[in-house]
This record gives sequence, C-alpha cells and structure tokens, in this order.
Amino acid sequence: MRIASAKESYATDEALFDSAVQRAWFAVLLLALALFPFTVNQYWAYLACLAAINVISATGLNILTGYTGLVSLGQAAFMGVGAYTVAVLEARLGTPFLLNLLLGGCMAAAVGMVFGIPSLRVKGLYLAISTIAASFILHFVFANWTSVTKGVSGINVPPARLFGIDLDTPFKLYWVIVPLAVLMLLGAANLFRTRVGRAFIAVRDRDISAEVLGIPLLRTKLTSFALSSFYAGVAGGLWAYFFRVVTPESFPLLMSIFFLAAIIVGGMGTILGGILGAVFMTLVPELLKLGVGVVSPFWPEAAVVLSPVRTVVFGALIVGFLVFEPQGLTEMWRRTRRFFHLWPFKT
Amino acid sequence: MAGDGTPILEVDALTLAFGGVRALSGVTFPVARGSITSVIGPNGAGKTSLFNSISGFYRPQGSVRFEGQSIERLAPPKRAKLGLARTFQNIALFRGMTVLDNIKLGRHAHMRTGVLDALFYLGRARREEMELRRDVEERIIDFLEIDHIRKAPVGSLPYGLQKRVELARALAMRPKVLMLDEPVAGMNREETEDMARFILDVREEWGVTVLMVEHDMGMVMDISDHVVVLNFGQVIAQGLPRDVQADPQVAAAYLGSGNVDDLRAKLGADARKVA
Ligand SMILES: Nc1ncnc2c1ncn2[C@@H]1O[C@H](COP(=O)(O)OP(=O)(O)O)[C@@H](O)[C@H]1O
Ligand SMILES: [Mg+2]
Repeated sequence: MRIASAKESYATDEALFDSAVQRAWFAVLLLALALFPFTVNQYWAYLACLAAINVISATGLNILTGYTGLVSLGQAAFMGVGAYTVAVLEARLGTPFLLNLLLGGCMAAAVGMVFGIPSLRVKGLYLAISTIAASFILHFVFANWTSVTKGVSGINVPPARLFGIDLDTPFKLYWVIVPLAVLMLLGAANLFRTRVGRAFIAVRDRDISAEVLGIPLLRTKLTSFALSSFYAGVAGGLWAYFFRVVTPESFPLLMSIFFLAAIIVGGMGTILGGILGAVFMTLVPELLKLGVGVVSPFWPEAAVVLSPVRTVVFGALIVGFLVFEPQGLTEMWRRTRRFFHLWPFKT
Repeated sequence: MAGDGTPILEVDALTLAFGGVRALSGVTFPVARGSITSVIGPNGAGKTSLFNSISGFYRPQGSVRFEGQSIERLAPPKRAKLGLARTFQNIALFRGMTVLDNIKLGRHAHMRTGVLDALFYLGRARREEMELRRDVEERIIDFLEIDHIRKAPVGSLPYGLQKRVELARALAMRPKVLMLDEPVAGMNREETEDMARFILDVREEWGVTVLMVEHDMGMVMDISDHVVVLNFGQVIAQGLPRDVQADPQVAAAYLGSGNVDDLRAKLGADARKVA
C-alpha cells in the first residue's frame, strides 16, 4: 500500500495529484478546455468565460466561508472594487491589462481586509450582516465618488489588449480568463497543502485550540479575508473587461448571495465545490432557458408559460441540494467516482 | 529523577474568580526543568482553570514566569511559540482533519511560509512542508506508534488513540513544557500504561518538562517528581509523591477524613491497578 512506502516518497504523497491516473485526468481536462472554444459558437464561449469568472470568485469565497468558517455577503462588492480599479486604470491610465488585474486584486484584498476586522468579534449570521454593510458602503462609494467612478453612469472599459491584440470577443477573452481561473484554482489547492491553509481550517473548526497551537486568530482571519477578496478582485477585473462597462448596479447584494449559494451547492471547504457550484449556478439557468427554446417551436406559448417556471425550478434545485445533499455536488461526484472505482467488481 | 536548577515555569500567587466562585486563590508552585510535575485535586478544585491561566485563556491576577520571563500579558499563540504546549481534558482535535494534518498544525508557529509561498508551493513552502512531514513521520508518528492511522480522519478514531494524537500534536509544537490535562482519563489499564510510558519517554528522549493534571493516583504517584495538591482553588500540599500521600490535609480533601492510612490504602489500590 501507499502508506507502507510513505517514508520513501513523502513528496509524492504530498503532491497535488498523488497518482498517475489523477495527473492523466487533469491533462485530459486541460486539453478539453483548450479545444472547447473551437467546437462551439460565441454564445457558449461567452458562457464559459462567465462560468470561469464565477469560479474564481466562488473559490475566493470558499476560502473565506468554506475553509475559514467566516460567512460573508460581501463577495460581489469586493468584485466591484476590483472591477472599478481595473476600469479606472484601463480607461484613465491605459496601464497593461494583466497589471490592472493584479492591482484590482490587491485593491480588493486591502478593502476586504478592512471589512474583515469585525470578524474577530462576530461570527456566523452577525458577521454576514456586517459584510452586508460592506456591500452598502461600497455601493455608496461607487455611486457617489463621481470624480473617480463617474457615479451612476458608470465607466466604459476599453477592451483588454494583450500582445497587441484586442480581446474584444468572448472567444478571445477565453484564452485569458480560463487559464487564469485554472492557475488560481491550483493556487487555492496549494494553499491547503501548507501551514496557511491548515490554519484557516483550524480557525474554522475550533478557534480556541487553534490559538493554543500558536495560530493568531485576527491575523489568520484577515489573511483569509484578503485572499478571498483578492480572488474577488481579479474576478471583478475580468468581469469589467468582459462586460466592458462597470456601474454601481453591476455588483448587487444578490450577486453575493449567488456566490454563497454556489459554494453551498458545490460543497463548502473543497476546491472542487467552488468549481462545480459556480458552474452549476451559471449554467443551469441557461440550460433551462435552452430547454424552453427547444420546445417553443412545437408550443409557441412556451416562453411565456415556462419562463416563471424556470426560475422556480432553479430555486427548487438549490433547495433540493440543501435538503438532500448538504455536502453539495462534490459529495455526489465522490460517490460516483467511488462507484466507478469499484465497478464492475463491486457495487 | 527530579529536575534541578531554576524552575522552567513558576506560577506565582494566581488568583482567579468567576463571579462569586474563587477558582484559584494564591496558587504558587514551581515546575522544575526536566521534571514531571502533577497537579491533583478533587473535581472543581481549579485544575483546568489553572491550565487555562497558564496557557493564556484566562487573565488571572498574579504572575506566570516561563524561563524567567513574565508571560502573563502574552496572548495564547505567543505562549505557544515560546514552548508551552498543551492537551485538553476534552480532546480538542480537529475532527474532520486527518491525524497527519492535526499533528502538522502543531508546528504552525515555527514555520515561515507566507501566503505567496503557499499559493505557488515553491521554494520555502515546499521545503518547509517536506521537512515537517519527515520530522512528524520520523520523530513523532513512529515514536507514538500511530503509523497505521496517519491518514485517518481523527473523528473516526477510538478515544484512547485520539488522546495519543493530541499528544502527538503537542509534541509537534517543539514544546519545552508539555501540559497534559487528564491524559489518561477514560482509558483502560493497557492504554493508561502506554500513555504513562510515552510520558516518561517524552521526558527522557525529548528533554521536555511535563506538567499534568491527573486523577489516576496510581500513575501520578508512579511517575511524578513533584505533586501539587489543589483544593477549592488553593494549594493545600506539595512535594514528593510520598510526602503528599502522608499529608493529613490531602487525605481530608480526598476522603473527608484526615486518616492518612486510608489514603495510602486507596492509592495503593490505584497503583496496583496501574502497575
Ligand atoms: N468558565 C467558567 N465559568 C464559570 N465558572 C467556572 C468556569 N470554569 C471553571 N469554573 C468553576 O471554577 C471551579 C474550578 O473548575 P475547574 O478548573 O474546571 O476544576 P477542575 O479542573 O479541577 O475539575 C469550579 O467551581 C467551576 O465550576
Ligand atoms: Mg478539569
């Protein structure tokens, strides 16, 4: 067994993908992601980009809420900070695209850290409420700091430019957004192989004994807020380049709830959970819309009749997850994998 | 084998009240370097409160000196970093994590990997994690004979093993003083003997000073160098195990009578049970 030989192969044992099979699957996945845009139209490239942006932000929230146990309803607002930073830099200064994204992430991290300070004193629902305050305060700033944000009319963002190419279609942006999402996911996964990630989990599970182990609570919580907001900021920056206009209404509280729902549906405290949850939440409404489209040639009133039903179905799916699979999609995935692992020898 | 030289830990006039309850009043005792010092006393005597005061959760009056330095103003993580490690009466492991991750957590304060290192898992992060893994495997997991459960989630383990994992985690903290709150409570005789052996070995091989709270008199009398008896938050006796046994006040606290022979008889019975 692997355990018996562990001493000779700690490095292998600690690796992100600890078996050849896993590495092979990861390679297949990367290949699929690389081929995907060539096989679909702009609409699907658009959806893929949107899903990838949401995956980045959901993963950030998962670091904070799923792994560190700090419930936040500020994720969209922190995305807004990233988006505005990028918009201002791009529109006013014309600094390079990737630098803008980085600065957007850093700005969001700084702001997120400030709004994370109450987390030393309050937890759970109370912390959630205090992050809602962040959401309102930031909305106020976006709407009223007109000299920078241009108020309610918002900022138009020129297309991202990379190597002299304007990234002005989802197809072109795909080649930046998806690789960035993959890198940031790998970063998040790496985090939990080290002391930094372990400390997050320790703070979530038992903050008292975390302190006895030498883990300072405030510092750890603020680090988690900063990281999570950094992810939000980069996602927000990509969002700005993707939709090309940033207004105070672009990042409503509802969007923060969307991310919270995504990690709950996907599975809190797992990297896979952030991915599955965000993809699910982004695509299912579209798939339902598509379903309506399919039947409408045969049933002309379908759009009128089914549109409200669509929203209800989406809501019901989320509730269904909460009730029947509290561990989220990740757990369903694990069960499926276990099944195929053993099949056909056992079931 | 008593330790010698200046005490590594000095508890001086600690007084702590919860509302009207005086959990500790004027508690003073030394912990000699390299010794096994035990704190005993009936339930509610203030033993856990004493531990919480030393590790920094409660802010009592009085002072605690660690290697000559006053630490009563330091927050718990700072005290941990200086070399004060502890286990809890009701195991405080992270139940969802594996044994290995729980143990690794103990080293947190001695590592330097920052967020950036961690995200890229290059250089320092990789080096530190590999070093940690090797050290945990070779010095702690082997030593405590928990090789077979390293990948198991802690929540799935029987109580005795969980206690052992908690000891392992405390050892990963590179402790100078190891504080054990009831390390063998709820264990059967075999597990108790194992734990007693581990405690002796820790002192012997790691040169760690042990301060423990324990109800199992047999074990306390067998392995301690110095015994401190608490009753209603006060130190009513301290000294060598045999002197404490011979103290009428201790007999009174435990048995309600001042008859030392009764206490000896009771302790003798306990000791035989362990030996
Ligand atoms: N957090 C607390 N709040 C109020 N009273 C406490 C608290 N902790 C301990 N006490 C009281 O202090 C006294 C000492 O308790 P404790 O230190 O747990 O004793 P021991 O560990 O010796 O059994 C008891 O009377 C207990 O009820
Ligand atoms: Mg106690």
